[in-house]
Formats: sequence, C-alpha cells, structure tokens
Amino acid sequence: MARLRSILQAFVLLTGMVSAATAGPYEDALPKFAADSYSDTEAAIGAVAGSGHPLALKLVETLRDGRLMIAGSQVYIRDADGKSVDAATGQAAEPAAGAKAVRLNNRVRRAIEAALGGMTLLSPDAGTRLDAARAVFRSRDAAALPTLEQAIAKESDGNLKGALESARAAILLNKADAPAPEKLAAIETLRARGDQDALALLSNLPAGTPTEVTEAAAKAAEGIRSRLALWNAVQNVWYGVSLGSVLLLAAIGLSITFGTMGVINMAHGEMVMIGAYTTFIVQELIRTQAPYLFGASLFIALPLAFLVAGLIGILIERTVIRFLYGRPLETLLATWGISLILQQGVRTIFGPTNREVGTPAWMSGALEIGGLSLTYNRVAIVIFAFSVFAILLLVLRYTSLGLFVRAVTQNRRMAGSMGIRTSRIDALAFGLGSGVAGIAGVALSQIDNVSPNLGQGYIIDSFMVVVFGGVGNLWGTLVGAMTLGIANKLLEPYAGAVLGKIVLLIAIILFIQRRPRGLFALKGRAVEA
Amino acid sequence: MLNLTRRHLMALASAALVSGAVMGTAQAQETIKVGVLHSLSGTMAISETTLKDVMLMLIEEQNKKGGLLGKKLEAVVVDPASNWPLFAEKARELISQNKVSAVFGCWTSVSRKSVLPVFKELNSVLFYPVQYEGEESERNVFYTGAAPNQQAIPAVDYLAKEEKVERWVLAGTDYVYPRTTNKILEAYLKSKGVKSEDIMINYTPFGHSDWQTIVADIKKFGASGKKTAVVSTINGDANVPFYKELANQGVKATDIPVVAFSVGEEELAGIDTKPLVGHLAAWNYFQSVETPENKAFIEKWKTFTKNPKRVTNDPMEAHVIGFNMWVKAVEKAGSTDPDKVIDAIVGVEVPNLTGGTSKMLANHHITKPVLIGEIKDDGQFETVSQTDALVPGDAWSKYLDGSKDLIADWKDLKCGNYNTVTKKCGA
Repeated sequence: MARLRSILQAFVLLTGMVSAATAGPYEDALPKFAADSYSDTEAAIGAVAGSGHPLALKLVETLRDGRLMIAGSQVYIRDADGKSVDAATGQAAEPAAGAKAVRLNNRVRRAIEAALGGMTLLSPDAGTRLDAARAVFRSRDAAALPTLEQAIAKESDGNLKGALESARAAILLNKADAPAPEKLAAIETLRARGDQDALALLSNLPAGTPTEVTEAAAKAAEGIRSRLALWNAVQNVWYGVSLGSVLLLAAIGLSITFGTMGVINMAHGEMVMIGAYTTFIVQELIRTQAPYLFGASLFIALPLAFLVAGLIGILIERTVIRFLYGRPLETLLATWGISLILQQGVRTIFGPTNREVGTPAWMSGALEIGGLSLTYNRVAIVIFAFSVFAILLLVLRYTSLGLFVRAVTQNRRMAGSMGIRTSRIDALAFGLGSGVAGIAGVALSQIDNVSPNLGQGYIIDSFMVVVFGGVGNLWGTLVGAMTLGIANKLLEPYAGAVLGKIVLLIAIILFIQRRPRGLFALKGRAVEA
Repeated sequence: MLNLTRRHLMALASAALVSGAVMGTAQAQETIKVGVLHSLSGTMAISETTLKDVMLMLIEEQNKKGGLLGKKLEAVVVDPASNWPLFAEKARELISQNKVSAVFGCWTSVSRKSVLPVFKELNSVLFYPVQYEGEESERNVFYTGAAPNQQAIPAVDYLAKEEKVERWVLAGTDYVYPRTTNKILEAYLKSKGVKSEDIMINYTPFGHSDWQTIVADIKKFGASGKKTAVVSTINGDANVPFYKELANQGVKATDIPVVAFSVGEEELAGIDTKPLVGHLAAWNYFQSVETPENKAFIEKWKTFTKNPKRVTNDPMEAHVIGFNMWVKAVEKAGSTDPDKVIDAIVGVEVPNLTGGTSKMLANHHITKPVLIGEIKDDGQFETVSQTDALVPGDAWSKYLDGSKDLIADWKDLKCGNYNTVTKKCGA
C-alpha cells in the first residue's frame, strides 16, 4: 500500500515533465531521500544501487560528496560546478530556494561505500576498481558476487585480481549456502593474504560452518598469527626509529649549543616552535597568494625557518648569553626567562589556540610492505632527520666555520691566539644550532600541535638525548636519540606509555650514574675546558 | 624579538593597570565585582583564554542592560598560569582582596580541587563550566558543565545502538577526569553485558605526541571482527597528534569511530578535519545548532572578538548559562551575598542556546540536552542525535559501588553526599 502510494506520488511529481519515466525501484527510492532520516536514506541507497538505473551511480556518488539536494519531496543531483539535474528524470533543473543537502552519518557513509563498491567493480579505471574491491571485501555483500566473478574473469592486473579474489573469499566464507570446497579455497586465498583483516575473517566464521572448514580456518589463522607477531616486532622497531628521528631533530641543534658550546639553552624548544610558526606563515601566504605551490610549502619554509630561528638565536647570543659564558646557572635562568617571553610573545601575536599547518598530499597516507605499515609523513621525517644530521656533520667537518667551531670547542684560548675571533664563532655556532632547531620545527609541525607550547614538550627529551649520547658529540646524539626512541617503543606495548616513560627515565639516571659523560664521552683536553 | 618583548611588556602594563583600577577604593562601592579565574598563559591557555573573553562579553552585555541591582558589574581578571597551586592563591586574592561576589573559572578538575578549600573557607561561589568526572557536590560550587551521565553514558548508548559497537577502547590522558570517567564507563558497559576482553583501557601522559603504537594497537584491537569504537577522554594538546596519526594510519570513522568528550570546535580549529569526517563528539552544545538564541550568541561573539572566524564551544555555553543563572539568583535574592545566592539559585531556570531551558538542581548541577555530533569537513559538528528531554546532572554515579547510594541535596538535606542507605550525611 505504502509502495503504491509512493509510486503514485512519484507519478504525480513527474507529471508536467517531458519524459515520464516508468516507475521502478529507483523511482520508488527517491522520496525516501527526501525524508532525510538516516534509516530511510540507508534503505534508499540499497534500493538505488540494486536498480540498475543509469543515474544510480551518479546519484550515490553525489550523495557521498554531500551534494544530493532535496527541496520538498524533489531530489536533485548537483555536480561539482553547482549545476543540478532532477534525479528522477535526468533533466537539468534548479532546486527551489531553501533546498538542502541530504545529511550523512557513519551508517549512511558505510552504506554508500558498500553500494559504490558493488556498482564500480567493472569500472574502466583501475584505481576505482581497487577501491570497489576493498569496499566489497568490507561489506561482504553476497549480492555483489555475480559481478565480482565477472570482474575476476576480466581482470588482468595481478594486484587487483588478488584484491577481487579476497573480496570473493570474504563473501563465500560468510555465505551460509556456499559449498565446503569453495569455502576451503576461500580460506586458502585469505591465508595467502595473511593480514589483520584476513585473520579477523578467519577467526569469526558464522555459526553453522562445516567442521572441516572451521578446522582449516583455525589452522590458517594460527599461521597468520605467528607471521603477524614477527611483523609486529619489526613494526615496533620502525616506530622506534621514527620516534628516534623526531628526538634527533629536536636534539641535534641543542647538541651544538649545549654539546659543543656548553650553553644550557632552555629556549631551545622555542626555536623549534618559531620554526613551526614560520611554516604556518608560509602556508598562509601560499594559501592566499599562490595555492598551486602548496605541495612545496614545506621546502619553501625550510630555509626561512632556518633563517628566522638562526637570526633570533644570534640575537639572543649577542644580547644575553654572551655576558653569561662560564656561568651555567645564570645562563639556565636567563634562557628560561627568554623561553617564557618568546612563548607569551607568540601567544600575544598568534593567539593561544592551535594553528593549522596542512599536510601536503604527498605526505598523507601509508605505504604497506608485507605486514608493515609505514606512514608517509613518518618516512619523510626519518629521511629528513638523517639528511639534517649528515649535512650538519659535513658542515662541521669540511667547512671553515666547522673547523673554527671545533677549534673553539677544543681549546678556546689556543684558538683565540691562532687568530680565530672566538666571540664571532660563538654567535655563529649559536645561530647554527638555533637554525637547525628551526628546521626541526618545520618537520614537527607535521605531527604535533602548532601552539605556543610546542617547544616545551621537546626540551626535556632533547637534553636527555644529548646528555645520554655524550656531550659534544654529534654521533652520540644520533645513537642516543635512536636508542631512546627504540627502547621507548619496545617498552610501550608491555608497560604502557606512562610507565614506559618512567622506566626509561630511571634507566637513564642509572646509566648516567655509571657513565656521567654519556655514551660517547669526549676525551683529552676538551674535558677540562 | 624586540617587538615581541614590547608587546609582552605592554600586555603586562595593561594588566597592571586593570588590577590597579580594581584596587582603587573609590569605585569599590559602586560596582559588583565578578572574578574570572582562567589561565591566560601556560598549557591550559589554549582552552581557557576563550572563556575569559566570554565572561568579559557577558559582563559588558549585562552592563549595557543596566547592570545588576542598579550597579554596574566589573570583571576582575587574574591569571593562574596553568599552575594548580597558583589557582588557590589567585582565588584567595579574588575573594579576600578584590572582594568579588562570584567567581567564574577553572578548567581542569585538578584546578577545581585546588580552589575548593578556599571557596569553602571564605564562603564564596564558583561557577565551573567544564564537563567533569562527577563524584562531587559542594555547597559553594555550581557545576554548569556536564556530569558523566550527561555526556559519557549517552555517547556510549548512541554507539551501541546506532553503530552496533560491541568492543570498546577507552583511551584517556592520565589524570583524574579520564580515570574516573573510564571507571564509570567500564562499570556501565559491564552492567550491559560487555565482557572484559572486549574493553581495552589505555592511558597516556599529558601532551603525548607519539601515537603510532597506540593507534596501531587500536587498529589491531578493532580487527577482531566485532564492531569497535574508541571512547576518548584524551585532553588538551595531545588530541592533535592523536587525530593526525588516526588519519595517517587510515583509521576511518566508518571502520572505527572515535567519540571524544574533550574535543570541541576550538580544538578542531588546529587540525585539517577532512580525514576525520564522521568521528564523533558528545557535548551539550554545538556551534552548528540552529536556534535563534545560538545564532544571536554567535553573532555577538564574533562582533565582540572582532574575528569573523572565531568559533564557539560547549564550555562557553556553560558560562552563558551559569552567568545568567547567577544574575537571576542575585535579582531573586536582592543581594550578592553568597549565602543568599546559594539559597536562591536552586530552581532558577534560564534558556540555554540549544532551544531548551536549563534549571539549577538541588545537587548544584544543571539540566542539559545531550547532543552527539559527527565532525564535518569544515571543522564543525553535524548533530546526529539529541535527547528529547533535558537530562538532569547526577553528582554521584549510579554505576560505581562507592557512590550509587549517595545523593546531593543542598536545598532540604543541606548535604553534598547523603547516603540513602545509612541515612547519614558524609557517606
């Protein structure tokens, strides 16, 4: 009766249109969208997807993008340019004023994903087909099986074929009337896939599955579990390396100012923060002036962050620190004061709330290798940290500035009597350390808050790395950062984040008790300096 | 650098001027003073500065309407600098030196606990605007934020009903609010038949920034075949890296939804929200709520801050309600005397911004609607569920052993923790 009424309704609505479409499941479903209730929308998506109507795919895609408009009981498909067609007829038509988009929630989004999966399995575009295969794998919708078989038969790309086959396996395992041999084959497919999702499927077979199948599934699941445990260990080490490179980035500038110059610089974290804010400003300018440059925004921000932080560093050295050499306690207090001034200054200018620094497209997403999942932004940061380390090492070893810095570090008076202007070298070295902190800020803006407090979170960790690694030695900083990062990440799964950190702190205290000069202690004259 | 210092000095100088003006005795007789106790520097400045601005706006507005009891209102702003013991000192300064009639302030539970003894000793009133863990009811404090039964429990119910969630990750920052809330939630979930192996509890330090392991663990926990959701009581700065890591590891809301109790419009302003569409938050107010009251409020706020992009959030609404309740109570009592206000305020009703009327209850909590919202790509929330009626706040949770027999009633029983079994006050 309700159906009849809606047909009637659809029919009445269509009168006046040039082409009177014959009422079918598609036309029946349209008024449900107009109701704008989540359960009606969900039901309508299913009906539209199964209707085979030429507009069905476009309608569901439009719905996904939040552009399916409703005005009264009329439904309009609006494309990205803002032009609309009547969803019932496909004729160009503008919705009445006050039209609004059909609302979405997670349930509706899931239904859209599943529906699109079923509808785009035979799409000519390989990327779309892969998305479709994944969507069907998740939805396990048995209705998609015939299309899936067709797609598998047609598919030539090996990778895609695998995705399609595991989607078929997922459906077969959850289909009560599928014959046992087919189910066994499906288990084999999933065993070969061997990831977390396959494991979930294998360990949650529906009730009523034949015993031989459940046994085979249990065996396959066991195999996957031991394989995953191995990958898991590798994954943890990777997390450690990635945390280590964040620590390395934050600490490496400090390793110059504290390590080689002996200045306890509590404002080091604020240099990192200034680097992050420089990135923010660069991105804001790019957004308003030259949006096409956004992908390169970080590369543009790097030299600027180095310059800004470096110049501020030199300024601090010239105006404050230079008068305090040899008085570590006063330096500590003075730089701490500077750090508070810088924080509050940034808070006054940019406000206390977080600033949004965007992630360029090439740094989003993750790379899957076997059971490993490497997120691109972490990969980029690891590579970046090691490059900064290498460049700094080269600068210190092969440039005249590096030579002078090393000379001043090793024996200030001797260097002075050889004609090196030690005070100028101090300023430059401090600027170099601060500048490196600034470029660390560019990288950290990708994973952390860009707020006035950004630097505070890193200052303690940085000192820990430098002291642990051995004061005055870049290699020590590298090894220190990696050791702390990996140890932290190996502990975390067992001890939890809070306890893991405590355990690590105690370990470092004990270590420093035994070796007060850290892992790589400087020997010789420099020790007395 | 020089410029920064100058700005900083100017800010200091103007702050000194304000407090200087406050000290002036000439004005003291003519105005009613209202204390604003929110951190303007330190870690909590990110959230609390906005609340200070809201209070200034509300006071300015009230003065335009002719003030209160024929007198002008005057804001006394102090900065406890995210330092918990300093909160107590500043509260004492506000009450004893500046002689304020009421204080609006605090954000973290630990700051509230730190000022409690001061308010009790000096007998003043505090309006606390933030959602909190409950298990408390004091004569001198009015809790205008949500109690757990006005936020956490309805959110879990929504997920269980709408998203058919069977497995739960309770992730929080390691301090009193998340720990108590998770204890209540765990007891509640178990009472609903959820097994222990389907609950994973995880705590992280304040400002935690490396979420790789935890997000990977959540993914693993969620891959068991049962529908999984994350209930997040992660607070403050740690949220941005958490959501960034979720986006990077491809945890989508359609697979594992995250419902947060401390993430509002302000926090989202610092994140690219496109990958987060569909993750949820439970509050009693969203900026996107379409009511005339809310529209007018947002308009006023944008004009007041001279920033068309400024967002509004739930604790701001709580201050609006709290301030209006205090104004009404003072008018009713005809005096700003704390004892009279405390007696007068119970039962006071003021309109909230979501179209209802909130009422101050005898347990010093208020009635609020519960809204569940999904994050949209513009950083706002789409309300996907709203309770039909306003939910009265429970000071003591019904699901915890130690507190289910307790009730708070400051009207008849004059007690914050009356045990209904032993019939005694004081648990």
